[in-house]
Amino acid sequence: MIHSLFLINCSGDIFLEKHWKSVVSQSVCDYFFEAQEKAADVENVPPVISTPHHYLISIYRDKLFFVSVIQTEVPPLFVIEFLHRVADTFQDYFGECSEAAIKDNVVIVYELLEEMLDNGFPLATESNILKELIKPPTILRSVVNSITGSSNVGDTLPTGQLSNIPWRRAGVKYTNNEAYFDVVEEIDAIIDKSGSTVFAEIQGVIDACIKLSGMPDLSLSFMNPRLLDDVSFHPCIRFKRWESERVLSFIPPDGNFRLISYRVSSQNLVAIPVYVKHSISFKENSSCGRFDVTIGPKQNMGKTIEGITVTVHMPKVVLNMNLTPTQGSYTFDPVTKVLTWDVGKIAPQKLPSLKGMVNLQSGAPKPEENPSLNIQFKIQQLAISGLKVNRLDMYGEKYKPFKGVKYVTKAGKFQVRT
Amino acid sequence: MSSNSFAYNEQSGGGEAAELGQEATSTISPSGAFGLFSSDLKKNEDLKQMLESSKDSAKLDAMKRIVGMIAKGKNASELFPAVVKNVASKNIEIKKLVYVYLVRYAEEQQDLALLSISTFQRALKDPNQLIRASALRVLSSIRVPIIVPIMMLAIKEASADLSPYVRKNAAHAIQKLYSLDPEQKEMLIEVIEKLLKDKSTLVAGSVVMAFEEVCPDRIDLIHKNYRKLCNLLVDVEEWGQVVIIHMLTRYARTQFVSPWKEDDGLEDNEKNFYESDDEQKGKSDKKKPYTMDPDHRLLIRNTKPLLQSRNAAVVMAVAQLYWHISPRSEAGIISKSLVRLLRSNREVQYIVLQNIATMSIQRKGMFEPYLKSFYVRSTDPTMIKTLKLEILTNLANEANISTLLREFQTYVKSQDKQFAAATIQTIGRCATNITEVTDTCLNGLVCLLSNRDEIVVAESVVVIKKLLQMQPAQHGEIIKHMAKLLDSITVPVARASILWLIGENCERVPKIAPDVLRKMAKSFTSEDDLVKLQIVNLGAKLYLTNSKQTKLLTQYILNLGKYDQNYDIRDRTRFIRQLIVPNEKSGALSKYAKKIFLAQKPAPLLESPFKDRDHFQLGTLSHTLNIKASGYLELSNWPEVAPDPSVRNVEVIELAKEWTPAGKTKKERPAKKFYSESEDEEEDGEEEEEEVEDSSDSSTDSGGESGESGGSDEDSGEDRSEEDAPSGRQSESASEAEAESKRAAKRSLKTKRKRDSEDGKKKSEKSKDSASSSAESSSVEESSSDSESESESDSEPESRKITKVKERKPQQDRNPHTKDVCLLDLDDFNSEFTPIALPTPVLSPSLIADLEGLNLSTSSSVISVSTPVFVPTKTHVLLHRMSGKGLAAQYFFPRQPCIFGDKMVSVQITLSNTSDRKIENIHIGEKKLPVGMQMHVFNPIDSLEPEGSITVSMGIDFCDSTQTANFQLCTKNDCFNVNIQPPVGELLLPVAMSEKDFKKEQGALTGMNETSATIVAVPQNFTPSMILQKVVNVANLGAVPSGQDNIHRWLKEIVVNYVMTHFGHQKYLHTIFSVFFHG
Repeated sequence: MIHSLFLINCSGDIFLEKHWKSVVSQSVCDYFFEAQEKAADVENVPPVISTPHHYLISIYRDKLFFVSVIQTEVPPLFVIEFLHRVADTFQDYFGECSEAAIKDNVVIVYELLEEMLDNGFPLATESNILKELIKPPTILRSVVNSITGSSNVGDTLPTGQLSNIPWRRAGVKYTNNEAYFDVVEEIDAIIDKSGSTVFAEIQGVIDACIKLSGMPDLSLSFMNPRLLDDVSFHPCIRFKRWESERVLSFIPPDGNFRLISYRVSSQNLVAIPVYVKHSISFKENSSCGRFDVTIGPKQNMGKTIEGITVTVHMPKVVLNMNLTPTQGSYTFDPVTKVLTWDVGKIAPQKLPSLKGMVNLQSGAPKPEENPSLNIQFKIQQLAISGLKVNRLDMYGEKYKPFKGVKYVTKAGKFQVRT
Repeated sequence: MSSNSFAYNEQSGGGEAAELGQEATSTISPSGAFGLFSSDLKKNEDLKQMLESSKDSAKLDAMKRIVGMIAKGKNASELFPAVVKNVASKNIEIKKLVYVYLVRYAEEQQDLALLSISTFQRALKDPNQLIRASALRVLSSIRVPIIVPIMMLAIKEASADLSPYVRKNAAHAIQKLYSLDPEQKEMLIEVIEKLLKDKSTLVAGSVVMAFEEVCPDRIDLIHKNYRKLCNLLVDVEEWGQVVIIHMLTRYARTQFVSPWKEDDGLEDNEKNFYESDDEQKGKSDKKKPYTMDPDHRLLIRNTKPLLQSRNAAVVMAVAQLYWHISPRSEAGIISKSLVRLLRSNREVQYIVLQNIATMSIQRKGMFEPYLKSFYVRSTDPTMIKTLKLEILTNLANEANISTLLREFQTYVKSQDKQFAAATIQTIGRCATNITEVTDTCLNGLVCLLSNRDEIVVAESVVVIKKLLQMQPAQHGEIIKHMAKLLDSITVPVARASILWLIGENCERVPKIAPDVLRKMAKSFTSEDDLVKLQIVNLGAKLYLTNSKQTKLLTQYILNLGKYDQNYDIRDRTRFIRQLIVPNEKSGALSKYAKKIFLAQKPAPLLESPFKDRDHFQLGTLSHTLNIKASGYLELSNWPEVAPDPSVRNVEVIELAKEWTPAGKTKKERPAKKFYSESEDEEEDGEEEEEEVEDSSDSSTDSGGESGESGGSDEDSGEDRSEEDAPSGRQSESASEAEAESKRAAKRSLKTKRKRDSEDGKKKSEKSKDSASSSAESSSVEESSSDSESESESDSEPESRKITKVKERKPQQDRNPHTKDVCLLDLDDFNSEFTPIALPTPVLSPSLIADLEGLNLSTSSSVISVSTPVFVPTKTHVLLHRMSGKGLAAQYFFPRQPCIFGDKMVSVQITLSNTSDRKIENIHIGEKKLPVGMQMHVFNPIDSLEPEGSITVSMGIDFCDSTQTANFQLCTKNDCFNVNIQPPVGELLLPVAMSEKDFKKEQGALTGMNETSATIVAVPQNFTPSMILQKVVNVANLGAVPSGQDNIHRWLKEIVVNYVMTHFGHQKYLHTIFSVFFHG
């Protein structure tokens, strides 16, 4: 399946290569560079490229390209999904998936890649198993290793690999047993010029941080499970239980993981917590325009809306912007033409606004369309869909764990057309 | 790090190389850019020294640096001898890094690589499974042709390893060996065949991968494992799932007939909407001609939960499976999951959108509810935007076009001009597809002609040209408007389009056309080639229609064209001149010049670029690229007639061995009949230890053999309930809940059995399997019994063989009525149930209950306890219609434990009204029962319509005797005396037990009663399975898995029992039969 992997940074250097079958020359990446050049924007590089003898499937993550070389038919999503899993693993091990981190830990990276793929077919991708085979680098461990001569590499087969719950390792022990769940909902919306909602939906995830000893068997139930329209599960969840009782029953992996992600049924009306008043205009035949944006709370369920950021990709003809915010601060990057306004909290008494003039390139025709506003915000202690965890029960272990649930609502792809 | 290097320095004692080493290691981190500071050559010297040191830490450092070099793509091959010495290092990390090195360079240094082989061979015998596995991995990865035989041997050994992890690695090694030496194919296929039988979920994915790579055409290897793979699928790791699903999709397309009705090709959009919620069941009831193979259904059902997977590749794999093999009406469920994937990162979006685009061409309805999910955001990358646009176009219809056009208006203004142009094309396509909005779109596009952006205008021109071509009438105004645009617009395609349009419509705009030609003649030399060609064309058309005004102009243009730099244009000019300008040499064609140039041209079809992709399997690389990728396996068309489904039957009898240690060494004769010897041989002891891993979750462990039977949850439910069964029986008061679950479990099995009987001799094998399975699955604890009977068969060498089954009582004649019972619609079940024994009943028990409820008046009262091997369809006449004045009654024994009382035998009576009037108030009248007999009557039936029939059930306690139960069947007006006399076989209940238990029970038997019957068989059919079939036909028995070839043990339990009082503590009495076949 996967023949080779090349890691390429933004400036086009191949800084790591790994081959699972015969060696494929680096020159195969030239086809990739060609496509990259054609695409102009990194986002537009096609994920699948056909070359005379190989196929290149690539992903772009954290300013790095992961380019895999394929020789025969394979489901492209299989490769893409795997490459993302590799990137996730790096992130997990080194705290970031960057060129520097990978170069510093090149041996661990190699050991990881060796374990993750055998002859191009995934072998072990569960982070719990990998961590038993290859210990993540920590400062303490590297000191200990250099003194005692012990190694980072486990010499027995991880128990998980053979059990039917490969995601959990055996013999987990904590002094404080804790289980935390974060219910994070994101509102994806497109708001049109007049302020009416073109499209809105809620996507949510439940991320868990489980630090429980032994083999706990958890079941999590909701007050209103019917809200969940489409759900995807971590493999640990017993599907049958969910089908019949709408209860999430599982033996959790150890540590952080995503328990489920879900979509709230589209029948439900989505509450839009903010509104935006905007007037952006460019004068005909003159090199300036006006920019005026105000944000206010709407349907916020009595919670404060925080962390508001407005990002605008201004048209190319915009040279500079002269704005005054009533609250927060703004930056405009004249190269990328991106305006970012960091608003912060909304105080209901005085609505934050950003006003001022836009300087245009003289002589150029005025932009056709006003740019759309991308808005970010965050509401603590609220799941906008109304989803509520009812209770968490633990079976199989005797101790009493500390349990916690946190709700957050965020803006996902929240776009206001102007 | 630094401490390591010091250690090394002390050790090597200050040579020149050591100094170098010190300099290097103390200043720069080993993985860092050492090469910058010293030449490669020197560095390698230094590394060699380190590798030869006796300190592990130094070696480790060296290896780490070497791996760093490999990672960067630098050549480290000259270190090979130094590195390979360390292959036997005790330090596991050094060892691993040496492995990394070996795998990378062994191919280049084959001779030296051979030095390491013996180490691996030793490691292959290591007690640590991780070491065995990694030795195999490296051994098979080093790509040295000389060691092929060693690899082959290692693979063979590893494929029989006790550790599934090692076996998984063996499966991977198969592919490696195959790519190294395709000659080994035959041997490798053998290993694949063996590993396909493996029941570990760990192995399944990898071996299917090997299968796909080595012998994808050997579909026959899959047959036997098909059901197992389907059942294991949920528990296989996600990557394996993808591969297995793709393989099974291909398999299904060769083995099953098409579930698509002829008429539901493209237009079933709506239908699929309303039907998608339908239970699979109700559907096939309605459509008689097609019934889905239960194995086909099994696959579709077992993959469904995987739509919920977190892995996009798995979801896509299931989606393509549904698309390619499920009935159209069920494919609807995949859209929701696919739309969910659109939240994922851009690469996943890209692939998923491509697939949705292909699907949405054929089946709009599937994605219409999710229309808004495809709305474009300004932040999407262009490739995503265009794909979304494509899908929106495909989904456009009369109902949603106005919303869509509003949305498109926003897109047209987008700053991303490439995208804006694509939107205009889209509008054009919508306009052609949906006639209602053609005019609206056209107007909109005309407005765009005054857009400031040239690309937008040019694209609009091109699209308008295409639209006008479709309906050329009265659009003179637009053409005039476009003619004016010629002055301003510079994009060649647009100019060419306008010229072509004017040329085509030159008779409608007679004033403008010559003027345009004049202008063009002026600028001819500076035009683009594309435009020049159109100018020549325009000139020719005008020359033919309006030669008075344009003759000279045309000639001028033709002259210009004659000396053009582009040979295409020169060529065209010459051609046209010959055609239109009459001269002495001009051929016959010039007469038709007008016809040629001004012919009605067919309007171009504005089609989706995804139109032609549907011949590729969705979700594949080939589909994404729209090129057939190497190694792409074509999805075959549905066969007209399904190949024999019985090839997928599995011998469940094998399970028995695990339960009866004695049986382990021996093989069942019937198994040999059907399957090749070698397969049998390969079933080795491993199975026993695997079984726990196999079961899908912890709960299934209770049902011992659940792992074997496929591990699906339904199975486990069944197993469990069946386990409860005996204890329930023992404790006299069986709890209602238990009984309920028992019944459910049994019902499904029973129906299977039933169908088996229909499946004819060929499948008698199968029912034997069932026999054993049911025998096992009900359980054992009962002990005492008072009678034993043996039956023997004398196998004579003549053409007929007579088997005498001696039973407990004189044999009762059975009325050989062969008419089908309409209790359960057998045809239906035939189609709905898997014709095998253990692996999951295809329908959930509750569904069957519903079905039964349809036919039975006392819906829940006809239920059963354990699992009869076989239910005869034979019915007996209770009341003939002639003597019953139009009321006919037939009864049969469903072989289910009676719910009215556990000593009762359940009897089902089918009443039918053959008269022309309604028969009212049917009930049981006076009963004349022998002493001790009891009877539970059915509820009176108020009325029975003419031609109607109804099935009721009742329970009779025959007191273990074959005495007749006489009673009256009464209607409103009449009373008829009827009687039921049970054949002795119907008084029994099968019990499951192992052979060991069986023998124990047999030993405890005290008395014996005898019943005999004769079974007639022709010698060529004389197989144990056939006899089994015959025997279960007569009596409700189960088979005990037997170690000896020709002994079948029959087990039964007397339902009703009064002898019991003699035993006090025992509730049931067993009768154990042994049937001997001497063969």
